[in-house]
Parts: sequence; structure tokens; C-alpha cells
Amino acid sequence: MASLKEVKVKIGAVKKTAQITKAMNMVAAAKLRGAQTKMENFRPYTEKFNAAMGNLSGNMEAGQFPLMEAREVKTVELVVVTSDRGLCGSFNANIIKLTERLTRQYEAAGKKVSLVCVGKKGNSILRKTGKVRKGYTDIMGNFQMFNARAIAQEVAANFLAGGADEVRLVYGKFKSVASQVPAEEVLLPVQPAEQSAGAHAGGADYIYEPTPADIMEVLLPLYLNVMVYHAMLEVGASEHAARMTAMDNATKACKDIIHNLTLLYNKARQAGITNDLMDIVGGAEALRG
Amino acid sequence: MAEKLKLEIVTPKGAVLSDEVDIVTAPGFGGEFGVLANHAPMLSTIKIGTLSYRKGDRQELLMVSGGFCEVSNNKLTFLVESAERGGDIDVDRALKAKERAEKRLAQAQSQAENINRTRAEAALQRALARLKVAKGQ
Repeated sequence: MASLKEVKVKIGAVKKTAQITKAMNMVAAAKLRGAQTKMENFRPYTEKFNAAMGNLSGNMEAGQFPLMEAREVKTVELVVVTSDRGLCGSFNANIIKLTERLTRQYEAAGKKVSLVCVGKKGNSILRKTGKVRKGYTDIMGNFQMFNARAIAQEVAANFLAGGADEVRLVYGKFKSVASQVPAEEVLLPVQPAEQSAGAHAGGADYIYEPTPADIMEVLLPLYLNVMVYHAMLEVGASEHAARMTAMDNATKACKDIIHNLTLLYNKARQAGITNDLMDIVGGAEALRG
Repeated sequence: MAEKLKLEIVTPKGAVLSDEVDIVTAPGFGGEFGVLANHAPMLSTIKIGTLSYRKGDRQELLMVSGGFCEVSNNKLTFLVESAERGGDIDVDRALKAKERAEKRLAQAQSQAENINRTRAEAALQRALARLKVAKGQ
């Protein structure tokens, strides 16, 4: 059995750990609120944007725009969005797992895979595969549209140059504070948005200024920005939510350990006292002799 | 003019404005255009510039940067990268941005750097639009 002092030191250490995890939990909760508001503020923009896209692409042929052109898929590029920091449970691991599964799946089908990593965690782990074409780190802290734009432009340029025939976005979707799931979406070629029945009523009567094709030229790169930015926001909120849960669990585990160790400590202490008493009684008996 | 037009301005940072107004003037692709109630459905791209709208006898100005707008069923929706009211604009910052952009533009012209030039031009336009709105012109 561990000595009294060892157990005591251990209890102190675990208590300190619990303090840290508790603090991290609270920080994550506060940050989550900020990230979630950002995400919610962005939602109306995305909704209106998609509605307008759907409206517009109704009277477009997909072949007209290089960004919408569907080619025979030889190379698939995965844009993997993870967080910059760890200690958020299995959140990043799940995204990476999904990426690896997709990679295997595509490679089994005889397609090449290249990766673009956004966020430090995915970058450092996936770099070992040797497939990372480009990595973006330290941009998840504050979400800026121009970061998303830089990524979107790079990916689009690579697509247009024939470096990839299909681009998919892999990220962690924020379902609720308690649940974040890895998700994937097609980024390029841009899919003609599905028509919601109501949105397109009377769409043919629209006046386009300048022309539908010109508007589309402006909208398509914007659409990529919106998609990438959206994924970044989702990952941001998910990261904090995942960290909150993970740290809550860690704090609970710490409390369990402290409880068990205290029990152990008290038992050892009692055993010690009993032993001492036995010695004293034994000594007294001997003296009385 | 009894009929009103619903004006909504949405940016990636959230909805900036949602109001019932009489008339909206916006910097469209081919120049300024005005929208009144019962306008035909329209989709137009928006350049950097000033957007003005009138509600009753109140005239309001906003700085908008690139995006597009949609008109349908008496509803006018602007989707722009940013939209700022005159009072929210930092004049000093805009002035500095203007100087910086002008300097860069002068440099870029001598070196014929295309990307930097378009970027500087956009920055200059934004700064000018901001200053204009801040002055309430």
C-alpha cells in the first residue's frame, strides 16, 4: 500500500488538475457563446445567399462556368477544417478519422487524394500522410472573412488549373452544445442549388443587372467564400462546445479520483493508528509482565 | 405614396437593417439605381459606394461594399460584405486607409502589379465611400 505521504501528494495534484479543467470548462463556455452568436449572425446571410443562388442557377446551364464544370474525377481534394487547439475530446480525432476513411475510399476507387488543412490540429496529424498540399494554421482564433476568402481563392485556382477535379469540405458540424458530428460537403464543382418550390415562383421574370451570367461570375467565388467561412464558424463553435463537455467530464473524473484517494488515505491513516495502538498496548503488556 | 418597400441589409456579421422605407438608391453594377414600391423582380450586383434610403422625410445614408441585391414582392434584400452607418464610421481610420491606398496605388502603377493594384483600388473606393457617408453627403 502507498505510504500516507504519497497519497496525500497525489490528492493535491489531482485537485489542482481539477481546478484547471474547471477553469477551462468555464472559458470554453464563455467562448462558445461568442462563437455561437457569430454563427447565428451569419445564418441569415447564408440563407438569403442560397435562395438567390437557387433562383439564379435555375436558368443557367452548368457547363457555362468553369467553376461549375463537372469533369471526370481523377483527383479529389479534401479541405479539412479542424481546430487550432486540442483538449477538446474526440472532436478533431473524429474529423481526421472521417478524412482518413474518405481517403481510403477514394484511393480504393483509383483516385488520387490531396489535402488542404485548415487548423493546426489536422495539419500536424495529416502531414504524416504526405498528401497535404497546403496548410493553414492559426487562423481559427478569430474568424475573419478574408481568411476564408484566401482559402477559397486558392482552392478555386487549383481546381481551375486542373490540380483537382472535385473538392470536398470536411469539417465538424455544430448540431448542439452536446453533439458535434463530422460532416462533408461538395465544394467544387459548384452544384446547381436545388430549387425550393416557393423560391423560384416567377423566377423567369427577373430583371438581371447586368446579365445572369455576369452575376453568376460574381456569385460563384462569393459562394465558395461563404461555404468555407461557414465551415470555419461551425468548427469554431463545435470546438468550444466539445471542449466544454470534455473538460466537464475531466472535472468529474478528477472528483471521482479524489474521492477514491481520500478513502485510501483514511484507510491507511486508520491502519497506521491501529498499528500504533497495538504497539503501545503490546509494550504496556510486556512491562506489566 | 402610401405603399412602402421592405428593405433588408444583411452582412456576414448579421442583419444590419430591416425597415419599411419609401425609396432606396443603391450603387449598382451599371451605376446608381433607385427602387420604389412595386418594382419588378430584379437581381443586381452591388459595387462599393453609398446606399441611401428615405423613410417619411428622413433620409439615411449607409456605406456598402461589394455584394448583390434582390428585389421581389416589394422586398429589397441587400447581401453585402459590409454596411456601415455614418455614425459608426471611424473617419480617422478611413482617412488613413485612403492615404495608404493612394500610396500603394502609385507604387503599383510603376511596378504594374495587378493583384496589388486591384486590391488597393478596392481599398481606396471603400475609404472614399466611408468618408462620403461620414460627412453625410
